[in-house]
Amino acid sequence: MSGKPVLIRDGLRIDGRKPEELRPVRIALGVLKNANGSALVEYGNTKALAAVYGPREALPKHISLPDRAVLRVRYHMAPFSTTERKSPAPSRREIELSKVIREALESVVFTSQFPRASIDVFIEILQADGGTRTTGLTAASLALADAGIPMRDLVIGVAVGKVDGVLVLDINELEDEYGEADLPVGIMPNTGEIVLLQLNGVLTSGEFKQALDMAYKGVEQIYKTAKEAMYRKYYKMFEEVR
Amino acid sequence: MKVLVADRQLVRPGDCLAILEEGIISNEIKRYPDKHIYVLDNKVYSDVLGIVYIEDKDINVIPLESVYYPRKDDTVIGIVDSIGVTSWSIDIRAPYKAILPGSDVIEGFNPITHNLRNYLDTGDLILAKIAIFDRTRDPMLTTKGKGLGKILEGVVVEIKPSKVARLVGKKGSMYNLLSSKSGCDITIAQNGYVWLKCKDEYVTKVLIEAIRLIELKAHIRGLTEEVRVFLESKLGEGK
Repeated sequence: MSGKPVLIRDGLRIDGRKPEELRPVRIALGVLKNANGSALVEYGNTKALAAVYGPREALPKHISLPDRAVLRVRYHMAPFSTTERKSPAPSRREIELSKVIREALESVVFTSQFPRASIDVFIEILQADGGTRTTGLTAASLALADAGIPMRDLVIGVAVGKVDGVLVLDINELEDEYGEADLPVGIMPNTGEIVLLQLNGVLTSGEFKQALDMAYKGVEQIYKTAKEAMYRKYYKMFEEVR
Repeated sequence: MKVLVADRQLVRPGDCLAILEEGIISNEIKRYPDKHIYVLDNKVYSDVLGIVYIEDKDINVIPLESVYYPRKDDTVIGIVDSIGVTSWSIDIRAPYKAILPGSDVIEGFNPITHNLRNYLDTGDLILAKIAIFDRTRDPMLTTKGKGLGKILEGVVVEIKPSKVARLVGKKGSMYNLLSSKSGCDITIAQNGYVWLKCKDEYVTKVLIEAIRLIELKAHIRGLTEEVRVFLESKLGEGK
C-alpha cells in the first residue's frame, strides 16, 4: 500500500460525507426461509446477513444450562467479503468478535425463559467495508426480533472514529485503516444502555464523550430505519393475501 | 394506567406500552412471559415484535413469530422421532423432545416381551396430551384420554404456533365456524398442527385454504366474517 490518503478535505470525508453523516442504511427482515428469524443489514458497502435458529434443543447435550438457554453466536466473514480472499477458517479476530457480540446480545435476550435450550445466531459478513461488527450486531438483534425471541430491547451498533483529528460517525474501511481511533458501540435504542463498547486507538476524555454523543445520534437514525423494516415485514404479510 | 399505544398496533421489543400510576417503583424487571410484556420502573414494555391487544386494563402482545413452548394439559400432535427400550421420543416442535413412556400405551408393559416398534414406529403421528412439564425435565406425554392416540386417517396441516389462538377464535368462534360449515372433524393442537377428518377431498382442500387465509390475515378485524363468506362461496350455504 502506498502512503496515507488525505481523509478530510474541505470538511468532507473521503467518500464525500460530512463528519456526522451515516452511510446509507438498508435493512430487510425475514430474508431466509429456513431460519426462524433473519435480517440483512447494510451500512453503505458493508453487508451483514444474520440468521437465528431456536430456541431449540441444545446439542451436544452437555453444553445446555439448567437455568437458561445458551446463546451461541458465530460471526464469520465470507471468503469473498474482502478484496483479498479471506481464509474461511475462523480467525482469532472472528472468535473475539463472536464473543463480544454474544455478550452484547446476552444482556438483552431473556434467556431464562428457555432453560436447557439453545439459541443459535449466525452472522455472515457478505461484504466488508469497515464497521462489520456493528453491522453484524444490528443484524443479529433484528434477526432475534424476527424470530420472536423475547428480549428487553433491540441492539443497534455504530462505530465512531477519529481521522485526521476529526471525530467521524460510521467509519469505513479506509478511515479505519488510516485513522487514529475506532470506537464501536452497541446501544439499546429505547433505554440508552450500552451493551458493547470497544476502543482501538487513543481519544481524550472530552473526545470520548463527544464520540459517544455522536454514536447515540447515529443509533437513533439507524433505529428509525430498523422500525420501518419491521413495519414492512408486517405489511408484507397482508400483501401476500391480496 | 396510561396506555401509550393503539389497540392492534405493531410493537417492537423495548417499546413502552403504558405507564402504571399505582404501585411501588422498583428497578427490577418483572416479566409476564405469557403476555410478552415486562414491567420496569412502573412502565410496561413489550418483549417481542408483535401486535398489541388492549382490553380494559389488560395489555397483551401476540408475537408475529414464535416457537411452541410446552405447557401442562396442552393437546399436541407429535411425530415419533426415535424409539428407546422403555419409551418413545416425540418431536412436538418445541425446544425439548417429549417422552411417551411405553407403559402409557401398552397395558402391562414389560420391556422384555414388548417391542415398542410394533406399536408406534418412527414417523408415526400421535395426538397426545402433555401430562407433566416443569421446565427442569423434558415434557412427558400421555395418550390416555378421549380421541388421543395414533393418527390413522385424515390430513394434518402445519401452521405457525403463534396463529393457533386465532384459529380457535374468541370462545372457539372460528373453530365452530370451520367445523359447522365444513362438517369436518377438526382437532387443533396447541403446537401448531391441525388434524382434519373430512368426507371428501374437495372439502379438505377448501378447509386448508381457509386455514391458510386465517394464518395470513390473523391480525385483521372481522376475519371470522370473511372466512364465513369464503366458506359459503366454496361450499354453499349451511351443510
